[in-house]
Amino acid sequence: MSNLLDLVLNNPLLLAEAALNGLLLGGVLALLALGLNLIFGVLDIVWIVYVDLAMLSMYLIYFTVQVYGWPLLAGAAAGIGLGVLLGIGVHLLIITPILTSPPVNQLLATGGLLFFIQSLATFLWTTDHRSVRLTLPTIEVAGMFVSFARLIAFVLAVVVMVGLYLFLTRTYIGTAIRAVSQDRGAMALMGANPQRIYIVTSAVGGALAGVAAALLIIQYSVHPHFGAAFGPITFMICVLGGLGNMFGAFVASFIMSEIISIGGVVWSTEMGYVIAFALFIVLMFIRPGGIFAKKQ
Amino acid sequence: MTTGRVLAALVLAALGVAPFVPMGGMGEYVIFVMVQVFIWSFIGNAWSLMGRFGLVSLGHGAFLGVGAYTTTLLWNFYGLTPWVGVIVAMAAAVVLALVVAYPCSRFGIVGHYFGLVTLAVGEVIRLLLIAERDWTGGSLGLTLKTAGDASFYAVQYADKRVFYYGAFVVWLLGLWVWHRLDRSMARAAMEAIGEDETAAASVGIHVSRFKLAITSLSAALTAFGGVVYAQYIAYVNPETLAGVGVSLRIVFAVVLGGMYSLLGPTVGTALTISLSEYLRVKFGVHFIGMAETIYGLILVVFIIFLPSGIYGSLRGLLVRRTPARA
Repeated sequence: MSNLLDLVLNNPLLLAEAALNGLLLGGVLALLALGLNLIFGVLDIVWIVYVDLAMLSMYLIYFTVQVYGWPLLAGAAAGIGLGVLLGIGVHLLIITPILTSPPVNQLLATGGLLFFIQSLATFLWTTDHRSVRLTLPTIEVAGMFVSFARLIAFVLAVVVMVGLYLFLTRTYIGTAIRAVSQDRGAMALMGANPQRIYIVTSAVGGALAGVAAALLIIQYSVHPHFGAAFGPITFMICVLGGLGNMFGAFVASFIMSEIISIGGVVWSTEMGYVIAFALFIVLMFIRPGGIFAKKQ
Repeated sequence: MTTGRVLAALVLAALGVAPFVPMGGMGEYVIFVMVQVFIWSFIGNAWSLMGRFGLVSLGHGAFLGVGAYTTTLLWNFYGLTPWVGVIVAMAAAVVLALVVAYPCSRFGIVGHYFGLVTLAVGEVIRLLLIAERDWTGGSLGLTLKTAGDASFYAVQYADKRVFYYGAFVVWLLGLWVWHRLDRSMARAAMEAIGEDETAAASVGIHVSRFKLAITSLSAALTAFGGVVYAQYIAYVNPETLAGVGVSLRIVFAVVLGGMYSLLGPTVGTALTISLSEYLRVKFGVHFIGMAETIYGLILVVFIIFLPSGIYGSLRGLLVRRTPARA
């Protein structure tokens, strides 16, 4: 704790900068967590492979932009398109055959896919770190330095989340998705076709992974273990917010990103994650249904 | 069952003399792979003690890491013999298991949630091992201080055959524990808990006590397996002994073989290790990642089409032809 105190007293600006960076990171993490949570809410399956799908989109954006010279927006669109295809593909090829299997098998099947994607990426593209180089300035706000790329990523993430909210609340299919996540059996009785809703949900989830990929590639370099680096924290956020609870996931993203960011500055990157995970474990015991679960 | 017993005796005898069978220069390598199969089968077995009752842990790497690092650090820094170190290691793993399992049991964290909590525990241990790099060596890992070619005190032997027999005995011990549990009242109680906790509690089963006991047993044996592995390889690394990667590998091997049968974890581990060794030899360093790519694909296909595992499914076919026992 002495490190933290020391920082507060002697270098509050550094701490404020870390907090701001945490906030900006939280936006993108929230996007990933919402995508994963949407799928969980509807299908009751945790896609362990989710962030690795985003990783594949990141690679696509990297190659189209950096190697083939596409404009970034076109690359991002391609990445989102790939995300949609991957989402539908995972659902049709892997989830559909085991929809009625024990939850453990469903978890493990997507875990096997994770191994596959991670190793295939190592095989095809080696373990090199690749990044899309943007010449974006670093802006100074009251003595704090903030990367412009992060700021853009945050703003876009918020815009997409608002869009997701409108989609879920204002459209027919969005309402159907919310209905399924509330009561799957009743929805089938009402005459809705569950498989169609599953596919739309998986496609939307995949699209969110694609958007997150586009926002991540301008801040981080992509490598085969990118999914392993961001995957666990994404599940933790979903569980912490309450699996299926979109608002909870949104808030939890910022809690976790702040801990990681501030912990990283005060101690070390690893300790930031250790604290975040430890907090997750403790909160699970206190509020097993997520931080916003209603008391039973 | 007599044919089964004869077969088992033959297999055991073959495994017993394997190190002395001339294999034309391949002996060293075969033994190296076999020892790995024994150790990881034992660990898979330890995992399945919990897994078969619905306590699916995705963080057994935590116990593996705690075990391996405890003995290694005690030996490197204090010169404490692993014979004592292993007891400390198992005790540490049990403490960690209780710290996690007690609240989980108390607050009814099961299924997905239990999996994700344990996954977080595995990551915490891995990250702590990396963060405390001053004495754990961080992500570079740690080499055991050598104590000569053959030291009983340090449990270090240059001759791989010593480890072969050691690991062989450890593997048999794991099977024995599984068998004992399978024949006990605890198994019936645990099955009832796995089906429906509330119902189990209503007929007088002490749910928490059984869950904690089985988790502690599994954690202790996993830590033991970690110690054996560390002594054998003489090197510990946070990526190979803790975290999501290794935790999932253990689970996959067991699910592949079949987690509800005695030999399932062994069959699964033997298959996954042989497969990755075969691919590694065939493709070599030119195709880094190819082995795991095929491995991952096969895993997905297996989980979809053979959910009770290879051994489990084969046994299922045999059992269906004979009248059911229970």
